[in-house]
Amino acid sequence: MSVMKRLSGIVQAKANKALDKAENPADMLDLTYEKQLENLQKVRRALADVATAKKRLELQANDLKTQADKLQSQAKQALSQGQEDLAREALARRATIGEQLEGLGTQHQQVDAQQAQLTQTSQRLSAQIESFRTKKETMKATYQASKAEAGVGEAVSGISESMTDAGMTMQRAQDKIAQMQARSAAVDELLTSGALPDITGSAPDDIQQQLNAASAQSDVDAQLAAMKAELASSAPEALPASSAGASAPAGSADDIAEASVETSDGAGQ
Amino acid sequence: MIVRILGDRLYDVSDRDLPGIERLDTDMDTALKAGDEPAFSAALAELIAKVRSTASALADDDDRKSDLVIPPEGATLQEVRDILDAGV
Repeated sequence: MSVMKRLSGIVQAKANKALDKAENPADMLDLTYEKQLENLQKVRRALADVATAKKRLELQANDLKTQADKLQSQAKQALSQGQEDLAREALARRATIGEQLEGLGTQHQQVDAQQAQLTQTSQRLSAQIESFRTKKETMKATYQASKAEAGVGEAVSGISESMTDAGMTMQRAQDKIAQMQARSAAVDELLTSGALPDITGSAPDDIQQQLNAASAQSDVDAQLAAMKAELASSAPEALPASSAGASAPAGSADDIAEASVETSDGAGQ
Repeated sequence: MIVRILGDRLYDVSDRDLPGIERLDTDMDTALKAGDEPAFSAALAELIAKVRSTASALADDDDRKSDLVIPPEGATLQEVRDILDAGV
């Protein structure tokens, strides 16, 4: 059976159900008008909710992009240090972020579409309210003069259908907002659980710590190599003096090496 | 024939254009029954495009009732199925 006919039956039935049954047409007109105003308020609130949800999505996407760029450069740095496993880890995390970003992008498009439909709905309702405000007074006057229904039923049922449409559009927008909030929460959860690195920048992430440790280690290696070369080129009689002179830097190199071990231990926790 | 696109507006479809619109409605129904999402999306998009390009849009403040209702633009098969199944 025709989708359009079935949908029409559902919309008409919803619209009839939403109609305020009043004692007389004059009251029915006033009640319908009040409902229109309420309906418009709701649509405007839904529009504000969509804007808020969209903003959050955009901020999150920006954070994720920054993080993806950072992981990309960390992968390069790890590779240049010969740490292929670390580079692989950074790229794997970057891929996870890529998936999240793609999901956020799709949702952003959907929310854009909802925003456009709500904006359209809001404009249409405003125009209908404006026109019905004067029309209902004319209808009331006609009713009082002739006691004829004067097309009241027809007018309010059309308006009720329009409000039903607005209600369905709002419902759809709210569903999309809820889906979007669920995704935002999931991204937050991933970030805080450590499945993705901390993007607040408050603490160095574990990949950065390993990169720092490796670079500290290579500094130590370079210093040791330099000292060995210096010792080798020194005259044997100068040994005690230069070994005393070399003991301080050697000690501090040990400290650095220890600090690196601590840092990488800390990252493992 | 007055047609409403949900989330959009009312359109007046001429008798001449009605058969083409009904054909797309049938495509949409077939896809809905088969659970064929791509075919459903394509039929809905084409239907909306056809109505917008051939029918005349009614003024924003027109408060007539419609004869036929088209799902909102971008609605998924599941969304439409949910509306139809939930009823009133």
